[in-house]
Amino acid sequence: MDKVKCDCGHLNPYGTIICEACGKPIQEESPEKLLNMRYEGTARRSQTYNTNVVDKIWNFFSSVKVGVWLIVITLIASAIGTIFPQQMYIPPTANPAAYYEKEYGMLGEIYYILGFHNLYSSWWFVLLLGLIGVSITVASIDRGVPLFRSLRNQRVAKHDNFLKKQRMFAVSKRPEDEEQFMEEILFRLKEKRYRVRREDNSILAEKGRFSRWGPYVNHVGLIIFLLGSMLRIVPGLYLDEDMWIREGETKAIKGTDQEYYLKHDKFTFEVYDKKEERFSEALNRVQQPVPKNYQSDVTLYKADEKLPGAKPDLSEVKDYSIQVNKPLEFDGYSLYQVDYRQEMRYMHFELQNAETEEAVGSFSVDLLNPKDDFDLGDGNRVELEGYYPDFYFDKETKKPATKTNIPNNPAFIFKMFTPETPEGEVAFIGIRQNLDPSGDNQYKVAFNGIDTEFITGLTVKKDYTLPIILIGGIIFMIGVVQGLYWNHRRVWVKVKEEDVWMAAHTNKNWHGIRRELDDITVKLNMKQLVDQQEESKKA
Amino acid sequence: MKKRQRLIMRSVILVVIALALGYTLYNTVFNDKKEPVKAGDTAPNFALEDLEGNQVELKDYKGKGVFLNFWGTYCPPCEKEMPAIQRQYDKYKDQGVVVLAVDIAEPKFTVEKFVKQKNLTFPILLDQQREVVEEYGVGNLPATYLISPEGKVVDKITGELNDTLVRNYMEKIKP
Repeated sequence: MDKVKCDCGHLNPYGTIICEACGKPIQEESPEKLLNMRYEGTARRSQTYNTNVVDKIWNFFSSVKVGVWLIVITLIASAIGTIFPQQMYIPPTANPAAYYEKEYGMLGEIYYILGFHNLYSSWWFVLLLGLIGVSITVASIDRGVPLFRSLRNQRVAKHDNFLKKQRMFAVSKRPEDEEQFMEEILFRLKEKRYRVRREDNSILAEKGRFSRWGPYVNHVGLIIFLLGSMLRIVPGLYLDEDMWIREGETKAIKGTDQEYYLKHDKFTFEVYDKKEERFSEALNRVQQPVPKNYQSDVTLYKADEKLPGAKPDLSEVKDYSIQVNKPLEFDGYSLYQVDYRQEMRYMHFELQNAETEEAVGSFSVDLLNPKDDFDLGDGNRVELEGYYPDFYFDKETKKPATKTNIPNNPAFIFKMFTPETPEGEVAFIGIRQNLDPSGDNQYKVAFNGIDTEFITGLTVKKDYTLPIILIGGIIFMIGVVQGLYWNHRRVWVKVKEEDVWMAAHTNKNWHGIRRELDDITVKLNMKQLVDQQEESKKA
Repeated sequence: MKKRQRLIMRSVILVVIALALGYTLYNTVFNDKKEPVKAGDTAPNFALEDLEGNQVELKDYKGKGVFLNFWGTYCPPCEKEMPAIQRQYDKYKDQGVVVLAVDIAEPKFTVEKFVKQKNLTFPILLDQQREVVEEYGVGNLPATYLISPEGKVVDKITGELNDTLVRNYMEKIKP
């Protein structure tokens, strides 16, 4: 591909619209009245060469059209991902393959098969984001570099056709004293904070060029942002796990590879007191208790390395009270209070005379770790024969059974021994069930209350990517501000033999530059600049 | 030459982006923190307590074929296969095969009752914190790992077993 030689002698790269040196439009006979000033009329590099695979890939991604399509596709996919719940929001025990079909029919099945149930971490969604990143990078380099070069190298004296084809243009009478005129116009432009350059009888005044870098700064911010979110995947940089701990329980903290353990000492749940005068009016209005505090008192331990399953060797690190927005922080991890639950823990029973309901003794069963023998004194004794934490009656085997190992619906088989019944009597107890299989028991076990226990829900967080994302966001905003609140304005003045030509260009806010230049032209008694685009619209 | 420089620049930029993207994609697709243990792997060592409160280590059984079974009393197929495992264990225990049955996070009481009822004589281990289950990436129950006398996982079987299957598997790992 040949370079294009301008009349001024400058060699321009193939694809150039406006001569880099003198500003003469290369396609002289162009029917357009005005010049397209985008990227200063430079040859976008990608359009220029298209020879090998690397160039072809580069050209594909440098297209703004491709970039816009990538963004549109990503937006549509993200929107579809919100139609049905993501996998993390369906019941944890449900099998996703079956769940989506059952709940949402055929659409749900398609949704699952296409991977929308886990959209934001599906490979093709990440790929789309990556391709947007490529598009941003390539398109920015492809346009930013030539633009930078041409603005840095621009000359003061421009070709007549360049001036004539600017949007703002006017021809004024030639002043009597050229030198005085030049001095005065330079002074007026400087007054408006233009940076001015003069070459013989030509002037170039320019200000706010840095606003042209706004989009590129903005893109750099975006790329840093994307990079930061990508780093979340690198092990050790990002963690977000939920864990549940009962009161009194010691558990390995998730995501720490059993390096840290947490003991949950006590859970506190408080509501605002209606009797307190300051709150009483508001509380009476809402009619329901308003939570004041969720707090887990915990002890943090560090453990030595050990085999999976083995008892850890713990050394205490610190005591702490985790409250909402007051996390326990250690070694880059933060433990946040996010949830709590109350569950049955102990069931209390009484051994009673079946007829008189007179109590012989009482005992409690730990639903998580029951004992099998309860001595009630005076020769009275109860043995736990069977325990079904999540009871159901198995029709196949005709036996009581348990669905899971979680005490959702506990049921028990007790054997009762008293001095009168040394052989023992069997009783079956479940929630709202009290069966006497033999039908002639002299004693019975009666339900006598439950103790519940708090289980605290904590989130383990670790995020070293946040500062990067923050920096990316800040740079992004700087770019936006830079591009939006400043304008790149340029004014060209050329004193010719018969008259004075003046042209102006800005990247936005044409009204602003007109007002600014009207002030100067009035003061210098010149012709007001005409917006040629507006003129042609009127015509 | 300028053209050559440009090609190199473009190639370098594209390759760098492609590498970063490839790494991200790879980690997204294979983001399981721990790969589940599969045939051919060295069986990860662990230490669990049995019903008597003694600590049992997998390493202690080096030189023996280990029939490592994960189960729970709430899992009917686990319950059904236990007698078959017991019968074959009686035949193979003198030939250097040991059964380690790991119960997943159930009260000791429940497990003891079950063991007494089924007359199981092989070691029953309690994984209260689910650490071993997670280490092995067990999944559906019942799951059985066949571990060779050298400590290699020969096979992983999910689902209910019968006498013939258990015998064949024990035959496979017998020293």
